[in-house]
Amino acid sequence: MKKTGIIAFVVIFCALALLPFAANAISPKAPLELDYNTPAIKSLEEHKCIESTEFMRSSHMQLLDSWRNDVVRNGDIVYTATDGTKYEKSLDDSCLTCHSNPEEFCDKCHSYEGVNPYCWDCHDSFGLWRQNESNEALYQDFLASVEGGQE
Amino acid sequence: MRIVGPIIAVCALAGIAWLGTGPLSLYTLFGVIIPYCAFAAFVVGFIIRILNWGRSAVPFRIPTTAGQEKSLPWIKQNKLDNPSSKAGVVGRMALEVLFFRSLFRNASTEKTEDGIAIGSAKWLWLFALIFHWSMLIIVLRHFRLFLDPIPAWITALEGLDGMFQIGLPVIYLTDLGIVAGITFLFIRRVVVPRIRYISQTIDYFPLVLLFGIALAGIIMRYFTKVDMSAVKELTLGLVRFTPQATVTEPIFYIHIFLVCCLLVYFPWSKLMHAGGIFLSPTRNMANNSRAVRHVNPWNYEVKKHTYEEYENENWEKMQALGLPLDYEHVKEEEPPAEAEAGAAEGAPEAANTEDSEG
Ligand code: HEC
Ligand code: HEC
Ligand code: HEM
Repeated sequence: MKKTGIIAFVVIFCALALLPFAANAISPKAPLELDYNTPAIKSLEEHKCIESTEFMRSSHMQLLDSWRNDVVRNGDIVYTATDGTKYEKSLDDSCLTCHSNPEEFCDKCHSYEGVNPYCWDCHDSFGLWRQNESNEALYQDFLASVEGGQE
Repeated sequence: MRIVGPIIAVCALAGIAWLGTGPLSLYTLFGVIIPYCAFAAFVVGFIIRILNWGRSAVPFRIPTTAGQEKSLPWIKQNKLDNPSSKAGVVGRMALEVLFFRSLFRNASTEKTEDGIAIGSAKWLWLFALIFHWSMLIIVLRHFRLFLDPIPAWITALEGLDGMFQIGLPVIYLTDLGIVAGITFLFIRRVVVPRIRYISQTIDYFPLVLLFGIALAGIIMRYFTKVDMSAVKELTLGLVRFTPQATVTEPIFYIHIFLVCCLLVYFPWSKLMHAGGIFLSPTRNMANNSRAVRHVNPWNYEVKKHTYEEYENENWEKMQALGLPLDYEHVKEEEPPAEAEAGAAEGAPEAANTEDSEG
């Protein structure tokens, strides 16, 4: 190979190897800050999640996954936490009552970590679907049918 | 021993990382110091190998590739297999690097009842391709750990890789691919007798090492879990030169310690084919030997004594012996006929040459 080719090869290789460092040198450095400023969390007696923070941080997705299976497949909707407190196994009715600001909490952390859960595809936590009036009517019908069916 | 040795070695390496970060808590050593050193060793080693290769002699084009070379206008040239232009070379190289085109032609010879059969053997190509593409995509996906904000193409790649949305965390197709690929490449070496015969420790070691890395990563993602916020703090710290070893899970350190071993080992091993493929003489030069004169760059000046000079020196004796003379000669006293001698000197050497350097 020609000398110019070899030099170009080495230069390209070095550039690729240094790219992550360079990209970080010019990108703004914003530390991840999670927002706990929700009415439900503020009114908590003890500032804690349903399990230890370490456990939630590393394993909340598996907790949610097992909840999903328990509820959908086995009809088991009560979660007893390690400290004995009982919670409903529900994304909307448990997690999101406390973390009622998912854009500032769940999404913020996920975009920082590069994770894209597809929960919001169906879970209408932001009420976007219901902002459409005809959908709101459908939703009320649905709620009525579910509540009527359970009793 | 050729097979068991590498397995023991990789287990020992994993054991070192576990010992260092489990019982001993040497987080800074395994999370900061060793990764920095390994990365530096990788970059420097890689460059040394390229420069060494660059110094070796490649004086001429190597036209022995499959396909018709450029010839008379009515003979159809195979432009990708036997290119005569730079663009053709780039095309051939791209197909080789991205799709392993020459491996696709891999054939196997088998003894049948009535002689020898040569059939195509595409399994190696298929699994090699699955393995390498999986590895590439996994490495690219890992850049989410080193960049903030994460560029959209990484997010898109993750979405594509997990498109079947099986399980939670979503199973990445490339994780299945890398395990399937390495497993096939390993089993191929073990069960095919001829290949087993020629396989050495250094053939098994990289496979086992890569398998260990992938396994540790998969265990970490799908089973034991790690605190990803801490991981990202560590990885961003590394690339921002504000390192801090925030992670405490040994499985993470096992994963990156094996990666560090790979980085150090890479430039001096057969894995260096990743860089070497671009320097393959049969792949990276256009076959234009018939159109362009390639002069060996380290040819020394040959001392010539032309027949004309010889005759000039001896023509009187030759004439006396009655030998035929090619040139007209005149007696010493008169100056020689310059015009004619000048015309015969020096072949048209400079015409249409291109340097090929080593
Ligand atoms: C009772 C209210 C409450 C409920 C219900 C709740 N959380 Fe929390 N969560 C909190 C509080 C308060 C914290 C902050 C804990 C701390 O700072 O130590 C927290 C922390 C977390 C964290 C750790 C964030 C970090 O700092 O790294 C995650 C992840 C999390 N919650 C997810 C969930 C998920 C998923 C659910 C539903 C399964 C859920 N939470 C349900 C109140 C709640
Ligand atoms: C401290 C950061 C953090 C917070 C806060 C957080 N998550 Fe996560 N979440 C993660 C990480 C990291 C993963 C991926 C883990 C992995 O790849 O092993 C994840 C994965 C998930 C997954 C699985 C998706 C997949 O494709 O793997 C779901 C579902 C999920 N989170 C739901 C939530 C919900 C709901 C909330 C808010 C109540 C929340 N998370 C808050 C960090 C966070
Ligand atoms: C040769 C290089 C590497 C290979 C082949 C590799 C392979 C893998 C594989 C197969 C996984 C499973 C999940 C996935 O596919 O994303 C994984 C996960 C992981 N790897 Fe690597 N890895 C490499 C380098 C690194 C490096 C340099 C780091 C950080 C310093 C790292 C940190 C991680 C982490 C934190 C996870 C868990 C991700 C999660 O839980 O979502 N890896 N790796």
